[in-house]
Amino acid sequence: MDEPTDRIRPAEAGLVDELVANPLLGDLPREHLALISGCCINVGFTAGERIINAGDPADDFWIIRHGLVDIEIHGAGRGTITIDRLGPGDLLGVSWIAEPYVNEFDATAIERGSAIRVDAACLRGKCDEDHVLGYELYRRFATMLRRRLQATRLQLVDIYGPDDAR
Amino acid sequence: MRAEPATAVMTPVIAPVASVVDELADTVTLALDMPVGLAMPTPGQFAMLWVPGIGEIPVSYSGIGPDRRVEHTVRAVGATSAALAELGPGEPIGVRGPLGRGWRLDDLIDREVLVFAGGLGLAPLRPVVEAAGDLGARAVRLRVGARGPGHVLYAEQIVSRWGDLDPVVTVDHADGRWRGPVGPLRADLGGAIPEPGEVAALVCGPEIMMQVLARQLEQAGVPRDRIQLSLERNMQCGVGHCGHCQLGPLFACVDGPVVGWDVAGPLLAVRER
Repeated sequence: MDEPTDRIRPAEAGLVDELVANPLLGDLPREHLALISGCCINVGFTAGERIINAGDPADDFWIIRHGLVDIEIHGAGRGTITIDRLGPGDLLGVSWIAEPYVNEFDATAIERGSAIRVDAACLRGKCDEDHVLGYELYRRFATMLRRRLQATRLQLVDIYGPDDAR
Repeated sequence: MRAEPATAVMTPVIAPVASVVDELADTVTLALDMPVGLAMPTPGQFAMLWVPGIGEIPVSYSGIGPDRRVEHTVRAVGATSAALAELGPGEPIGVRGPLGRGWRLDDLIDREVLVFAGGLGLAPLRPVVEAAGDLGARAVRLRVGARGPGHVLYAEQIVSRWGDLDPVVTVDHADGRWRGPVGPLRADLGGAIPEPGEVAALVCGPEIMMQVLARQLEQAGVPRDRIQLSLERNMQCGVGHCGHCQLGPLFACVDGPVVGWDVAGPLLAVRER
């Protein structure tokens, strides 16, 4: 993986620079970022736009550049409950990473924003071809998933419940 | 050496409730005029509040001064706290205090101070937050966690009075009207800690939250002895005699409630039977 960076085409360079700025992916070698950028396009979203529908195929994920996106659950009689809120730098969508590649939750933009949309099927193919890229990418996603799992467990505990009687 | 309690009295002094502020659906703040003969508290200390015929519980000072006026924020979760929350102006309660060790404010001088409060944990921190400009700190930043948007204690004050403290409030669950972060209180809420070696942190809230936050702060590079926690234990006598609030070699009522993470961390890691 010592491909010189001058092979990166100008059209990709802007996306690579965007990826360099991401705290989770930015330290990947530039040639890996170039490979990822080949699966990326810039997109915008409007306030209230549904970005992910639960149950749909997880064919994409997003690297949020601007704006806020809610991860939501709906319950009869409980309405819409926001369980996580993602903002600039966050990665939206994790179901693409493991079978059955189906989204589990809805995601809705709560304000106008922009993101890099990554074609997950394209990226999975590149990871299959380049296991070093695959390993580095999955390692970083594992770090993110660990953090979100810890947060979810703390939410499950309901630490501010009645026992918090201070 | 264990500190002697500020007052070793076991007999409550009767004081009338001066005023009551409704904070949340189940939470009120009671104001009292500190009875003559009792010392004024320091931030982080507590009092034993007694409702005749019902019981006595430890409650932190959520407001100190001026003019010997003190405040206690109480959430109605048990018989005594519910009775306290039902009191109106002029009704008498018994007071023993101030008790325990409060926040080590000298440790905040010339530091980047991070204040982490979860749930009702903002109550014992409010006197520090109110005095933020007088602490000698380089900067004071406030980070608050709550169950939901309707459970944020002192929500109006966070906006109107403490805006200079770069307050960030996160809630575990939200609805579409909430515009702040969603998720647990984290050490890096509001951004990564730029100079962890220069940070002093005050942490108060549910014990699980405090342990998680203290570990995150330690992993980020904040010195263990500069992370202060306010422990909540079953305090009954309040003066180190009964042992109900024992945590290893400590009695939370006289050795705490404020204890450094360097001391509390190993003790909290021991499972209770």
